[in-house]
Amino acid sequence: MKILVTFKSVPDPYAGAGAAAKSVINPFDEIAIEEALRMRERGEATEVVGVTIGPAQVDEQIRSALAMGIDRALRIDDSRALDPYALARILYSLVTKEAPQVVLMGKQAVDDDSNQVGQMLAGLLGWPQATFVSKIEFLDDKKRARCGRETDSGIEVIAVKLPAVITADLRLNEPRYVSLPGLMKARKKPIETLTCEQLGVKVEPLTTILSISSPPRRPSGVRVTSVEELIAKLKEEAKVL
Amino acid sequence: MAKTVVLIELDRGQLKRPSLNAITLARQLGSDYALLILGHSLNEVASSLVSYGASTVLVADNPALAEPLADRYAWVIAEAMRKLSATTLLASSSTFSKDILPRVAALVDAPMVTDVLALEQENGETAFRRPVNAGSMLATVRLSGERRVLTVRATAFPTPAADAAPCPIEPFEFDPASLPNDTEFISREERASDRPDLGEARVVIGGGRALRDKESFDRLVGGLADSLGGAIGATRAAVDTGLAPNDYQIGQTGKVIAPDLYIALGISGAIQHLAGIKDSRIIVAINKDPDAPIFQVATYGLVADLHQVVPQLIGAIKAG
Repeated sequence: MKILVTFKSVPDPYAGAGAAAKSVINPFDEIAIEEALRMRERGEATEVVGVTIGPAQVDEQIRSALAMGIDRALRIDDSRALDPYALARILYSLVTKEAPQVVLMGKQAVDDDSNQVGQMLAGLLGWPQATFVSKIEFLDDKKRARCGRETDSGIEVIAVKLPAVITADLRLNEPRYVSLPGLMKARKKPIETLTCEQLGVKVEPLTTILSISSPPRRPSGVRVTSVEELIAKLKEEAKVL
Repeated sequence: MAKTVVLIELDRGQLKRPSLNAITLARQLGSDYALLILGHSLNEVASSLVSYGASTVLVADNPALAEPLADRYAWVIAEAMRKLSATTLLASSSTFSKDILPRVAALVDAPMVTDVLALEQENGETAFRRPVNAGSMLATVRLSGERRVLTVRATAFPTPAADAAPCPIEPFEFDPASLPNDTEFISREERASDRPDLGEARVVIGGGRALRDKESFDRLVGGLADSLGGAIGATRAAVDTGLAPNDYQIGQTGKVIAPDLYIALGISGAIQHLAGIKDSRIIVAINKDPDAPIFQVATYGLVADLHQVVPQLIGAIKAG
């Protein structure tokens, strides 16, 4: 069984304020990669192909994915500001070419927070989808996958026929650490690059960011020194008690 | 002919009230709108929706839609949009809409904006403001193409008034045999709770890892919530360490809330958590670390050991 796992390069979400944010693999995509590797290690998957879309600068994150253990790395070379629907259409053309049984993705990228690409890709392919997944188990000789989904009202369990698109939530697993020797070895591995033209796909983003601004700051509050003072403020000033 | 379809969310047959707030954006957009519900045995819910100023309440009622399976729901919604010649699809943000709407977008060949906070006009063009980077920045985005799909932050739009003359309720007819059949619903966690829904509560008490164990979490966070008739939330760290179930998580990847009063107990205030609470009207923080970032957004901050002061607080509230 072949698994295609997608990942995006994002500014490190855990970098402290003011620190120059280095790029990392989107944390949800790292979870997706880890899950694909575990499927291979359990003998369920035979090949894990990793794919990202971006300019050559993202090769650093591709090296990290190779160091984690993906078998093949693909970069679709495109430096445009692409929206989720454009990304989904590019991935669609790649998936029809690579023909994996499972596409594993992070549920959202932590920079853009859109949470769209996996569902769009499943829609374009006409495949079933399991989103926000915290548990995956194969059924019926790997013809189906039983997935636990994190929803607003608790865990929902569904079974999807393969091929399917599955998107990872936080609690699916804890990704392995990449060792320095692993990273050194990954430097020697090939990265295949493809263009949209080679894939035969022509997309233009339909979303344009016109401006970016800072949200209004909350006015700074006050410190209270006792429970009595807090209760008094909540009653008399805030009028919430 | 309705140009906008507003998808209204049901949870086990019950109306999810925050999903009504998307109607407010539909009104701001100006064109006619239809309300759409999917499920089974929907007569009662449908009749509760007739006074929201829609041109029609469209009801896709079928046993095959009893559970919100994304492939089936997306197929029906896309069909409904085509039948109504609708160009816009709206729903309030939730795991329900985030699962289904992007799939509809692909089926109707439309771009999508997640978590719209406001409608804007930039140089005479319609644009939408949305949070990015865990809400630390706001982006104003414009869409091109004939159709568009939007999810709306329910906390950023008021609940619409239900004071219009009743509109018709129409069944949406489709052939159930053409529904996708690749997903099987197996089960859903059932958790009985007398507390209000986290997304709708007026008061929310949030607990962090500093609660240390589940007993303390239930006694202090639960106790304070119950003394105020509030809901319980938690940080990712508290959920990861097993103090609270997954669906209590508030923040960038969990729920976004905006209650009248949010009380953060033992929460340091990581940006990912703040993303989910900063529109609360009053924020109270109780933490023994005076440098915790939560104090920067708190209306009232109390530097104290929560194991000491929370029982006092519960006692004082119960005493009136």
